[in-house]
Amino acid sequence: MTERYDAIVVGAGHNGLVCSALLGKAGKNVLVLEANEQVGGAAVTREFADGYSVSACAHLLYQLQPEVRKELELAPTLSCEDMATIALAENGKHVRLAGVSVDGVSDEDAASYRRFRKRMTGFANLLRKYLVKAPPRLGTRDMKDLITLGQLGFDIRRLGKNEMREFLRLIGMNIHDELNERFANPLMKGAISLDAVLGSHLGPRSPNTVMTYLYRLAGNAGRVGMPEGGMGSVCNELAHAARVAGATIRTHMPVKRIIVENGRVTGVETVEGERFDSYTVISSADPKRTVMELVGARHVETGFARRIHHLRSQGNAAKLHLALDGLPMIEGLPKKDFAERLVIAPDEHYVERAFNPAKYGESSPNPVVEMTFPSFRDESFAPTGKHVLSAVVQYAPYALKGGWNDEARDTFYKAVIRTIAKYAPDIEQRITASELLTPADIEREFHITGGHWHHGELTLDQFLFVRPVSGAAQYRMPLDGLYLCGAGTHPGGGVSGAAGRNAARAILRREKAA
Amino acid sequence: MKTYDAIVVGAGHNGLTNAAFLAKAGLDVVCVEKNDYIGGAAVSRNLYKDWWYSNCSYVCSLLRPEIYRALELHKHGLQVTPYGGSVTFMQNGDYFGSYHDEEVAYREMARFSRHDADAYKTYSADTMRQCRFIRDFLLSTAPDPTSFKPRDIKELIRIGGKFLAMGEDRMYDTIRFWTMSVAEYLDEYFETDVIKAAFSGSGIIGTALGIHSPGTAYVLLHHYMGDVDGNVGSWGFARGGMGAVSNSIASAFQAAGGELRTEAGVGQITVKNGKVTGVALQNGDEISAPVVVSAMDVKRTFLTCMDKNDLPASFHNRVENFKIRGSSGKVNIALDGLPTFPALPEGSSLHHSDMHFIDSMERMERAYDDWKDGTWSKDPYIDMVIPTLSDPTMAPPGKHFMSCFVQYCPYQIDGRAWTSEEKDAFGNAVIDQISNYSPDFRDLILHAEIRTPQDIEAEIGITEGNIFHGELTMDQLLFNRPLPGYAQYRGPVGGLYMCGSSTHPGGGVMAAPGANAAREILADLKRPNTVPENFGDD
Amino acid sequence: MKNQPVHQGRLKTPFYSRLSQLDTVNEWHEWKGYSSANALYCEDMEYFAIRNATAVFDLTPMTKYRIAGPDALDYLNRLVTRDMAKIRPGRVAYAVWCDDQGQVIDDGTIFHLREGEYRLCSQERHFAWLQAAAIGFDVTLTHETEDVAALAVQGPTSFSVLNTMGIEGLEELKPFGLTHCEFEGSDLMVSRTGFTADLGYELWIDPDKAEALWDALFEAGKLFGIRAIGTDALELARIEAGFLAAHMEFLPADETVRTGRSRSPLELGLDWLVDFKKPNFNGRRALAEEKRNGSTWRLVKLDIEGNKPAHHSYIFGKEKGNKGEIGFITSAAWSPVCKQNIALGTVRTPYGKPGSSVWVEIYYQREMHWNRKMAQATVVDKPFWFPPRRGATPPGPY
Repeated sequence: MTERYDAIVVGAGHNGLVCSALLGKAGKNVLVLEANEQVGGAAVTREFADGYSVSACAHLLYQLQPEVRKELELAPTLSCEDMATIALAENGKHVRLAGVSVDGVSDEDAASYRRFRKRMTGFANLLRKYLVKAPPRLGTRDMKDLITLGQLGFDIRRLGKNEMREFLRLIGMNIHDELNERFANPLMKGAISLDAVLGSHLGPRSPNTVMTYLYRLAGNAGRVGMPEGGMGSVCNELAHAARVAGATIRTHMPVKRIIVENGRVTGVETVEGERFDSYTVISSADPKRTVMELVGARHVETGFARRIHHLRSQGNAAKLHLALDGLPMIEGLPKKDFAERLVIAPDEHYVERAFNPAKYGESSPNPVVEMTFPSFRDESFAPTGKHVLSAVVQYAPYALKGGWNDEARDTFYKAVIRTIAKYAPDIEQRITASELLTPADIEREFHITGGHWHHGELTLDQFLFVRPVSGAAQYRMPLDGLYLCGAGTHPGGGVSGAAGRNAARAILRREKAA
Repeated sequence: MKTYDAIVVGAGHNGLTNAAFLAKAGLDVVCVEKNDYIGGAAVSRNLYKDWWYSNCSYVCSLLRPEIYRALELHKHGLQVTPYGGSVTFMQNGDYFGSYHDEEVAYREMARFSRHDADAYKTYSADTMRQCRFIRDFLLSTAPDPTSFKPRDIKELIRIGGKFLAMGEDRMYDTIRFWTMSVAEYLDEYFETDVIKAAFSGSGIIGTALGIHSPGTAYVLLHHYMGDVDGNVGSWGFARGGMGAVSNSIASAFQAAGGELRTEAGVGQITVKNGKVTGVALQNGDEISAPVVVSAMDVKRTFLTCMDKNDLPASFHNRVENFKIRGSSGKVNIALDGLPTFPALPEGSSLHHSDMHFIDSMERMERAYDDWKDGTWSKDPYIDMVIPTLSDPTMAPPGKHFMSCFVQYCPYQIDGRAWTSEEKDAFGNAVIDQISNYSPDFRDLILHAEIRTPQDIEAEIGITEGNIFHGELTMDQLLFNRPLPGYAQYRGPVGGLYMCGSSTHPGGGVMAAPGANAAREILADLKRPNTVPENFGDD
Repeated sequence: MKNQPVHQGRLKTPFYSRLSQLDTVNEWHEWKGYSSANALYCEDMEYFAIRNATAVFDLTPMTKYRIAGPDALDYLNRLVTRDMAKIRPGRVAYAVWCDDQGQVIDDGTIFHLREGEYRLCSQERHFAWLQAAAIGFDVTLTHETEDVAALAVQGPTSFSVLNTMGIEGLEELKPFGLTHCEFEGSDLMVSRTGFTADLGYELWIDPDKAEALWDALFEAGKLFGIRAIGTDALELARIEAGFLAAHMEFLPADETVRTGRSRSPLELGLDWLVDFKKPNFNGRRALAEEKRNGSTWRLVKLDIEGNKPAHHSYIFGKEKGNKGEIGFITSAAWSPVCKQNIALGTVRTPYGKPGSSVWVEIYYQREMHWNRKMAQATVVDKPFWFPPRRGATPPGPY
C-alpha cells in the first residue's frame, strides 16, 4: 500500500521548503523528500571540523524575499542585516563599500558611486518586481501573461525617457565597461566586478554582467545579511513553517526516480524502494538532474531533452572553510571589520584574469575571494577564541581538465591560501583544519549537477522567458504533473525562496483553472 | 563663398552613398575627404610596384543589392564576383575544408563527424531564420522605443508583428540567439572542435569580444546576412579591389551632379545658434551648408571635429563612452608567386579558398585573452584571402596579392603607442602563423604592409581603427546605435546628421547607414525620397 | 602522408556500372551526393515496366541507419508516432517522426531485422536528431547508407523474376514482410516494400555483391520484361500511389525556416500512423492538442477534370469570385494507367473533405503560348492506383 499525497516535493532546499509550505498553507497534503539528513540543501549549517561549523554552501543572505517572509511569517534572526563590503588592499588602504557610500576613494569616485548605486538600485527594483512572478509566455492569449508583459513594458516606460534608454542599453552590457566609464579606483572596480561575476561562468568583460550585478542588487536592495546560526537556521525555520502548514518532511530519503505512467507523473520512488503516489511532483533539484536522471529523457520530448542537455550549469565557485586558532592579521583592517564581507579582487583586470583559465578547464592561479568570519559575529560557529573563515573562491571550474583529483585540489587550495596570505600573512599559521568544496564536491554533497549555485548559468539566454529552457519557464514541465521549483527556474539562485514561491503559486493557479 | 545644400564629411562608401542619394534628390552636395584618395576603408591602393591592395576591407558581400541597383553601380564600373570555399588548417597536419558543393561539404564534415554533417542543415535553417528576421530592418531606421511618435510606434509594431509571427518557440530561440555567445550557439549543433572553430570566426571578426562572450552569435549573423546574387551568406570580390566599390559610388554621385573634394580634411563642423553652418577645413577654407552629414565615426565626429560647447554636456559624455575598440589588424602582402600548402591535396579547390589557421575553440579564445592583456595575439586568428586568384587586375600576371585580416590586435600596447619593433613582431606573428602551413610562403613575400589599428586610425581616421565604427554589442545595436536617443541619424545639433557605420545597422561594406541617413535627411528637407526600399522577404 | 581529399563531384552507387551500360539518354541528377538517372532510355517505357512487367530502380542513396540495443524498441517507439511494439521481427513499418511541435521531420520505413535490431530507411539524413533522441536510451546508432546497396524490383512480374532467380520463400511473404536468403555467400535481404503501390520487392545487399546481384536479376528477368528505370518513371508511380515525398508534400521540420511551412502527420492524412494509446512519443502533446483543436492544413488527393496536369497550381474553393487561394498542388501528373488527371495538394481546412469539389487553376503551354484553365477537381480518399495484386499472397503469375 503506497501513500498518496496532493503533492510531493523532491528536495528540502530552501526553494523546496518554501514551495511546500505555501502549498501546505493552501490546504494541500504535501510530502517533502530530502536525500541528506538535514534539511536546507545548499543552505545548511554543518560542522566541518571538531567544534567548528559553517554555512556549508551559501553563506550570505542577499535576497530572502519579503513576500516569502511575510507569507510564511518568518523572522530569521539576523546577526547582521547589512554587511559592508571591504575591498582589501595589500598596502592596507582598504576600500569600504556600504550601501550607497564608499570610503577610501576619491570624492569624485564616491559621488559617482552614489549616483551609480542609486540608478542601479532603481533598475534592480524594477527587476525585482518580475523576480517574484512567473515569467510570462510569449505569443499566448493568456490574460495573465499579457498583463505581465504589458506591465513590464509599462514599467520600463515609466522609468522615463532617459532612464529607459539607459536601462535598455545597460541590460546587455558588461560591468567592466560600465565601471570604467564611471570610476577610477581599482579596488572599487574590482569589488563591484566580483559582485557581478560571483557564482557564474563570466568575467567582468563578459556582456551580461551588468544584469548579473542587478540581479544581486534586486534581492534586498543590495543588502547582505548573515543569519544567526548560519544559513541552516533559515532553512530550519522554513522547515518549521512547512511543518506548521501541514507538510510532511522526510529526510534521508533520496529519490531514485520520478515515476511516469501513461504520459504523466504519478509519484516517486526512493532509493530504498519506497513508493509515494501523487499526480503532482515538484522537483527542487536542478533541471538536468530532474529531467535526465529522475524522470528520464525518454519521457519528455527530444527537443526539450536536448535543450536541457545544453543547459549551461557548470559551476566555478568553490567554498573554502578554515578553522583558525585566532583571527589573522590584516594590515589596516580594524578588528571590528572582521564582521564584514572581505573581498580580494584588487581590480577588474585581476578578476578577468582569474576567469581566463576557467574557460579552458583550469583553476585560477590567482583566484578571487569573498571571505567572512561568521564566528566573529556569532560565537556558535567556533570554540571560544577560535574562528572560522568561510570563503567563496573563484574560479574553480567544475569540468577541470584531468578532474578534481587530490593534486588539483591541493594546487587550488594553495593558490587560495597564497592569495589570502598576501593580505593576511599569518593565515597559514592560524589554520588548524580546512575544507575545500569544489563544484564537484558540491555536486556530490548537495546533488546539484555541475555544482552551480544557480543550477544553471544566469545569463540573458537563460533568463526570464527562457529559464531554465524555453518551453518550461512557468515552472510546469512539458510532462503532466511535473513542476520545477529550484534555482534552475526563474529567477535563479541565491537564498531567496522566490523560485519556490513562484512555483507554488503557478501550481495553485493552474489547479484553480482546471 | 558658395553655399551648398549639404556637406558630407568623409568619402568612404557610406559617405559617398549618402551623398549620392542626396544628389539624386537634386541637392547641391559636396563630399569632402581628408586623404588625397577616396574610399575610406573601402579602397584599393597602389603601395608597391604594380600591385593594388584592398588594404582595409577585402571582401564584398554585405553591400545591399537595393543600393547597388538604385545607384546603378554596374554602370559605374562595379563588378562583384563570388568566390567560395574556405579551409582551416589543423595542427595535426589535417585540415577542415568547406566547399561550394553542398554534398562535398557534407562529406567533408562527415569525415570528422556524421552527427555534425547532419546537424548542419538544421544549423543553417535556424541561422537563416534569424537572418531573415534582421535583414528586413537593414534598410530602415530603427524605431525609438521611448517615443510616442506614430512612425516609431508603427515600426515597433511592425517588428513586434514579425517577431510574433515566428511563433512562441521561435521567439524564445530568437531571444536566446541574440543574447548567447557564438561558442554556445555552435555547441548546440556541433561536437567537433575544428568545425566549431571554423564557424566561430565570423562571430568575432571586427569585435573586441571572444567567442565565449555573450552576444557574439549576433555578430555571426552580421557577417552572414550579406548576399551575392541572392546566395545568402556568400562572399565576393570586387573586381579591382574594394576601391572599385567606392569608385563606382563616387561615380554615381558625380553623375548626379555632386562635387568631390579630396585633401579637404575637416577641422571643425561649425555651429551657430544650435544649427550647423558648415565646416571649416584644416587648410583654412570654409564651406557653408545648412546640412552637414558626417560619415566619420561618432567619436571622431563629436570629440575631434566639434566644439564641446556646441554639444549638450550629457551627449558629449556619452560619446566619450561609446565603445569603439581596435581589435583587428591587417597584413597586406605582395607575393612573387602562389604559396603552397602541403596539407592540402593536390588540385583541391581549397588552394583557392579563404584560409584560416586556428583549429580549436580554445585557441580562438586564447587569442582574445592576449588582446585583453593589452597585446596582440601570439597565435592569431587570420582570415586570409588571395583576391588575385580570381581578379587579374590587382597584380602582374603570375604574381599575387594576399590580404590577411588578423585578430586580435589592440589599438595600443598596454595603454601606450605601438613601437616599430612591436609592429614588426606583430607582422611576424602573422607571417609565422601562415608559414607553419606553407613552407615556401616567406620566400615569396616581396612586400608587406603591416597595419595595426593605430595605423588605420591615423590614415583612414576611424577611431581605434575599428572596422565597424563601434562594437556590435547589444548596448550599441538598433535603437542604441550609436547612442540611445540618437539612433535615427540626427545629431544633437540642427542640420547635423550621422551616416557612418557607427549608426544602424553598423559596419561592413553594406552602405545601409549612408542610405538610411539620406532618407531621413530628405524627409527633413521635405524632398522626394531617392533611397530604395528593402526588397522585402518572401 | 598526404591528406586525401573527400570525393569531389558525384558519387557512384555500386550499380553505376550496370546503369551506365543501359543508359542511352545521359540524364542524371544528384541524389544525396550520388548520380541518379532521371531516365535511362524513355520515361514512358520505364513507367510501363513498373505497371506491366518488372522495373528495377537503384535506391542505394536512401539514407539508412542501424538501430540496435536493449532499448531499440523503446527508442523507436519514442521516436515515431506509430506503435512499433506491433511490428514483429521480420516485418517492416512505414512511419513518420515529428519534432516537439508535432511537425513531421521525415517519413521512412523501419525494418525489424531481428529482436532488438532495426534499420531505418529515409529520404533525408537525421543522424543529429536520432542521436539527440537517443539520450537516455541504451541503443547504438550506426549510419550505414554506404554499407548497403539497395534495389527496388517492382511490377506485376517481379515475383516471377525473383522466383526464377532462385529466391525461396517469397510465396508466403506478405506486404511489409521481409526475408533473408543467401546470395553468393552474402546475406540478401528481401522486403516486400516499395514506392509504387504495385506488387514489388526491395533487395538489400553488401555493395561488393551489388553487380553480381544485378546480373543475376537481369538474367532471370529476361523473359519477364525486366527493365531498369530512372526516377522520373518512379515519381509518376509514386503519385499514382498517393505516397508522400519529402520536399514535395512536406518539408522536413528541422530544415524549415518559415513558421507555418511544416506539416503535422494529421495534416498529411497520416492519422492512422499516430497512436495516442501507445507510450509517449515525440510530438504527442502537440498532436493531441491539434487533434482537439483541429488542423490548419489537409493533404488531398485530387481527381481533376480534363487531361492537363496541374503542375504548381493554386487550388480555389470556387470557380469564380474567390477571395484567395485555399491551397496549392504539390505533385501532379497524368496517370497513364488510370487515364486520370491526378494530383496531390495541400489545402486549408475545412476545405478538402473527401468527396468535395475544389477548383484548380492550370497553366499549360501549347506552341509557345500559355493558356489558363479552371478545372474542377474531386477530393478522393483512396490511392489512384492500388491493384489487388499488390497484396495478393502468394502473388499470382502475372
